[in-house]
Amino acid sequence: MISQLIKVSACAILAIVTSAATLRAGELQVFAAASLTDALKEIAPAYEDASGNKLQFNFAGSNTLTRQIQEGAPADIFISADEAKMDGLQKAGLVLEDSRRSLLSNTLVVVIGANSTLKLDSPQELTQPAIKRIALADPKGVPAGVYAQQYLETVGLWDALKDRVVPTENVRAALAAVEAGNADAGIVYKTDAGISMQVNIAYEVPADKGPAISCPVAVVKGSRDSAAALAFLKYLQSEAAVTVFKKYGFGIHQ
Amino acid sequence: MGASEWQIVGFTFGMALLATALIFPFGVVLAWFLARKTWPGKSIVETLVALPLVMPPVATGLILLKVLGRRGPVGEFLYKHLDWDIVFTWRAVVAAMAVMSFPLLVRGSRIAFEAVSPRLEQVATTLGASPLRVFLTITFPLAIRGIVAGSLLAFARALGEFGATILVAGNIPGKTTTLSVSIYSDIQLGHDSDAFRLLAVSVILAFAAVWISEWLFKRRTT
Repeated sequence: MISQLIKVSACAILAIVTSAATLRAGELQVFAAASLTDALKEIAPAYEDASGNKLQFNFAGSNTLTRQIQEGAPADIFISADEAKMDGLQKAGLVLEDSRRSLLSNTLVVVIGANSTLKLDSPQELTQPAIKRIALADPKGVPAGVYAQQYLETVGLWDALKDRVVPTENVRAALAAVEAGNADAGIVYKTDAGISMQVNIAYEVPADKGPAISCPVAVVKGSRDSAAALAFLKYLQSEAAVTVFKKYGFGIHQ
Repeated sequence: MGASEWQIVGFTFGMALLATALIFPFGVVLAWFLARKTWPGKSIVETLVALPLVMPPVATGLILLKVLGRRGPVGEFLYKHLDWDIVFTWRAVVAAMAVMSFPLLVRGSRIAFEAVSPRLEQVATTLGASPLRVFLTITFPLAIRGIVAGSLLAFARALGEFGATILVAGNIPGKTTTLSVSIYSDIQLGHDSDAFRLLAVSVILAFAAVWISEWLFKRRTT
């Protein structure tokens, strides 16, 4: 009885494992920074219709994605929120160097809750006592947080503000903390602030004060279908895709 | 281990201790009511108490986040009237630990109470002891080992709490980062050797708690 049970469950497990391993041909695993969630989801259907390939997304902080790719996750394409994470993977020989492109640029904004009464137009005003907590993606490694820390350092306020920082897992979690009112302010990408009705942009970080934000993309080495992956990268630079990226507020690298 | 790692270990230990102390009186009294009394709605309370044990911790965390957040029913009240922030503070760490380990305390204590012979209590009552006196001088002392064992299990559970904690308390270095959260974020950031050091600490702490708890259970039954 028991041994029969074991056999049956072993067969079931085997069936599940093999079906998962033989992923459908023409399915691309896209590992992309959390900030790209909405834009890529909008781009996907048109691409899938045009190419016949299916896209599977994995959205997270770029540092998390980098870790997953290092540990051998089955990624075909990696879109990072900063060049540093891509540099790391390139150095480790985990991406196809020739495929790498700097695709998008972005801007930082300071956000507050939609019904917040804070007056906040300049970085100095971030130090007001009413702002007890500032949500950022974790500045120890998540790109949006690294950028935010660079910005606060540039304006000379990092030391004054670092005790108020609530580090989050990725940039969207920082946005969510401000939306829920659990953080008084947050520093996120302009493109994140744009998708939320529950936050207002207090001010945009001027280009000369903020770090240069660049999102590179590359095909991951070991992709089962690097031709399709390259084709998708090309599609991301097409007119149709660029229109969507621009709509969400991304800048386009020429 | 560096200063910041000792801080994490000390903080987690302290918060788990505080959480266990906070739930102790409620857990013990509830366990006694579950073991000794029948009342309407008992089975519902029993089920509710067990829920955090079987629900995904992160789901429990989401409920806590909605309840304790500045716009949640409890969180809003505390923020307005006491100027208490819960979410993203050490209070949220304690709240998450307390809720997640409560079932273990209640279960352990309940088994301990059920093992105390009601005849001893009846004898005390016939000799004129009040119900409170019976509890304090007969039931509680006889059940104490099981209660302590249950508390230790609850404490160990609190030490390792992750899913609910990361949602309600976040990961603020020096303020809300616990052992488990730190291991997770160290791995995410590629600081594997830091994670392994904390891993060793948590294995030692958990081993000690479970070992002492087992030892107490055994002594009680022999």
